[in-house]
Amino acid sequence: MSHDWPLWEVFVRTKGGLSHRHFGSVHAPDAELALRHARDTYTRRQEGVSIWVVPSAAIVASDPEQAGELFEPAADKIYRHPTFYDIPDEVKHI
Amino acid sequence: MATASPVDAPSVDSRHDYLLRLGDDSLILGQRLSKWCGHAPVLEVDLSLANLSLDLIGQATHLLEEAGAGDGDKLAFHRDVLDFRNCLLVEQPNGDFARTMARHLLFSTWQHMLFERLTRSSDRFLVEFASKAVKEVAYHRELSSEWVIRLGDGTEESARRMAEGLDWNWRFVPELFEVDETLKALSDSGIAPDPREFEDEYRSAIANVLAEAKLDVPADQRPILGGRRGHHSEHLGHVLAVMQFLPRTYPDATW
Repeated sequence: MSHDWPLWEVFVRTKGGLSHRHFGSVHAPDAELALRHARDTYTRRQEGVSIWVVPSAAIVASDPEQAGELFEPAADKIYRHPTFYDIPDEVKHI
Repeated sequence: MATASPVDAPSVDSRHDYLLRLGDDSLILGQRLSKWCGHAPVLEVDLSLANLSLDLIGQATHLLEEAGAGDGDKLAFHRDVLDFRNCLLVEQPNGDFARTMARHLLFSTWQHMLFERLTRSSDRFLVEFASKAVKEVAYHRELSSEWVIRLGDGTEESARRMAEGLDWNWRFVPELFEVDETLKALSDSGIAPDPREFEDEYRSAIANVLAEAKLDVPADQRPILGGRRGHHSEHLGHVLAVMQFLPRTYPDATW
């Protein structure tokens, strides 16, 4: 039965001020039930304050075959990493 | 709800009985739903049903501990079937998923309307209990409504099963609005709401969900009453046999 239902990607905001993060996916017949399934599957232990669900089919993904050309050129550009700054301990989530 | 006066103050027994009614409703339905664990149509629904079950067992724990002066387990596991005070609706067999959802819609809509009113009870424990539980039950009501609508307005087979599920459970609805002497005393003193106050609201809420589900409101059948007095269907004995087996057979077991 579940393979008749489309797949939905679940994004959960764990607390105010943070971004929604990908948590996983659920099967559901429609968007409303996808939200409920996401709530019941991923926020049972108070993990979230907000949920997004997106049809998995709507996700445009990069091609793993192209990983080399897409990502490797960044490997030796150390100057793109802001590692030369001192970050105060009080600053979280950066 | 009227103000309490010393003359018509309900007895301690009435309050105890009411706590058993509410606690047994939640306990028995929670136990019923837990049987779906591992058997639901899909994994996501399995988790939904387990969540509903755990909410209900949590409610039962609070209510029976209050009734049993801290020993809720004794009430849950060491009472016999005639001493249970749950309504007949919650002990009805799960049937298929449609029948389970029909039962849950009929029960959780009632429980939600009841708990909303219990948050204004004159009894402090019930106010605290209901204020927390009303949110859980609001979700139960929404979830079961969604499923009734989808199955009713789904395929030919899902609509047929949903109609059968409703039909099975429908005769147990009048009991939810029955007022006996215990309940009368409690409602006169502002402890418990009189359910007849929200019967119209209940019936129109159910009718709205069924209309959206493209289902007919079932014809009224001969109502079956008696759960609040311990007159149960044969099903409850089987539920208790499974639920109570372990603590009765191994009284020293801990978990």
